[in-house]
Amino acid sequence: MTSAEEKAPIDIDDVDTDFVEMIIKTGGPNIRSCYQCGTCSGSCPAGARTNYLVRGIIRKALLGLKEDCISGPELWYCTTCYTCTDRCPQDVKPTDVIKAIRNVAVAEGYMLEPHQKVALKVLEAGHAVPLDKESWEKLREKVNIEPVPPNASRFPDAIEEIVKIAKKTGFDKLVAEKEASE
Amino acid sequence: MAKKQKYYHFLGCIIPHRYPSIESAARLVFKDLGMELLDMEGASCCPAPGVFGSFDRVTWAAIAARNLTIAEVGGHDITTGCNGCFASMFDADHEMKHDPELKAAVNEALAEVGREYKGTIEVTHHVDALHRIGLDKIREKVTRPLTGVRMAIHPGCHWMRPKHIKKKDESERPHILRDICETTGAEYVPYKDELICCGAGGAVRTADVKTALDFTKQKFDSLESVGGADIIVTPCPFCELQLDLGQVEIQKHFETEYHYDILHVVELLALAFGHEPEEFGLTTHLQYQMRKNEPNWERLGIEVQKAEDAVPTE
Ligand code: SF4
Ligand code: SF4
Repeated sequence: MTSAEEKAPIDIDDVDTDFVEMIIKTGGPNIRSCYQCGTCSGSCPAGARTNYLVRGIIRKALLGLKEDCISGPELWYCTTCYTCTDRCPQDVKPTDVIKAIRNVAVAEGYMLEPHQKVALKVLEAGHAVPLDKESWEKLREKVNIEPVPPNASRFPDAIEEIVKIAKKTGFDKLVAEKEASE
Repeated sequence: MAKKQKYYHFLGCIIPHRYPSIESAARLVFKDLGMELLDMEGASCCPAPGVFGSFDRVTWAAIAARNLTIAEVGGHDITTGCNGCFASMFDADHEMKHDPELKAAVNEALAEVGREYKGTIEVTHHVDALHRIGLDKIREKVTRPLTGVRMAIHPGCHWMRPKHIKKKDESERPHILRDICETTGAEYVPYKDELICCGAGGAVRTADVKTALDFTKQKFDSLESVGGADIIVTPCPFCELQLDLGQVEIQKHFETEYHYDILHVVELLALAFGHEPEEFGLTTHLQYQMRKNEPNWERLGIEVQKAEDAVPTE
């Protein structure tokens, strides 16, 4: 994917720190404390079966390699199990750092199509997994509860509110723009 | 006794829309324990922490905070049977309390819909609510002990991790969920990969179901290596979906066949409290719907009156 391509070496004395600042602001404030011990990757069930390497991504981020970090699809293999966060000796909170990098990736247009669809479902139905078939209502009746639960599936005002919130935060555009470009 | 404890019952998506037997069982169990669950009208997706939190932190926190405001207005704490919903609301609440900038951004968004997050509500998981009721009280309600049932546990991640925020249990050696499950008399079966993630979270299942299932398969294989179990109990519907429906999907993707009955902790308690499986619809689990079969009643030690027993056919 990325590592096999030939690239110019990074000049450590001239690192672009904008990306790190972005991560710090977006929910990964402790990223600079990382001393690359590898406890996170050693604990990582995603890294055990894919080319996702949490320690490597953190190091790349510290070196300012933004494009490298946000464009690789492996960024999306973290299940957010927080095992690394519980074990990191430097309190880097690697899971939060990865989530922050994903926020930057999405803001720059790197969103996987299935993820975009889930996001749209919440704007359409108020739920990522909606009550979208009659058979689901039947299933509810089979377990002796009312066919439509008292959540956004029953109260369309809730969906309207979510759309308004998403408009205010700019999330609707983030999701829609990609749709238009496809 | 003092006033009846009341909680808002936050449903989320997977429980009410795919595994409603959990919702039904929760109502039975909490009623048996003398606790009232209130409808949380107009609550939405939590929204999924690993998914929405990965897309846009402010939007994630704002939608979670909108849910919190419903409970704040009503004046009761929240309980939920989902690790993901619990984490979304608990973590958003925690982060807004520690990050004034995030709180300000969230309240700016909520102002658009006439709401304000104040931070006055406690978010609990059913596991917390049960633990507070106390093991002795739960034990008193057990009328159908699951003696002889070999029970593996899958705690999942987001109720107890990250441990410095959740402050629930020792996440490398948790015991609270196990203690609750053991009140039923079922026999706890330890296995090496008990604490690894089911594989579904963080938007991984959505992006690449086969990779997500590979986690699940590792758990099943780890359990098989100690001789298997009769049931696997989890406190999370997304884990339940991954372990339950996941068995059907694993068969397709990896050609390996597993047959585990997967129970949410409230489904386990409902059975132990003497409720019949059809009262809360245990057979509606998607694994059984897809495989056109039923739980292994014999292994569960439950006698069910089958339709074909009553009406003999040719
Ligand atoms: S465990 Fe912490 S300090 Fe060690 S490499 Fe990972 S993030 Fe860095
Ligand atoms: S939270 Fe993500 S990076 Fe950390 S151990 Fe779990 S899967 Fe790996």
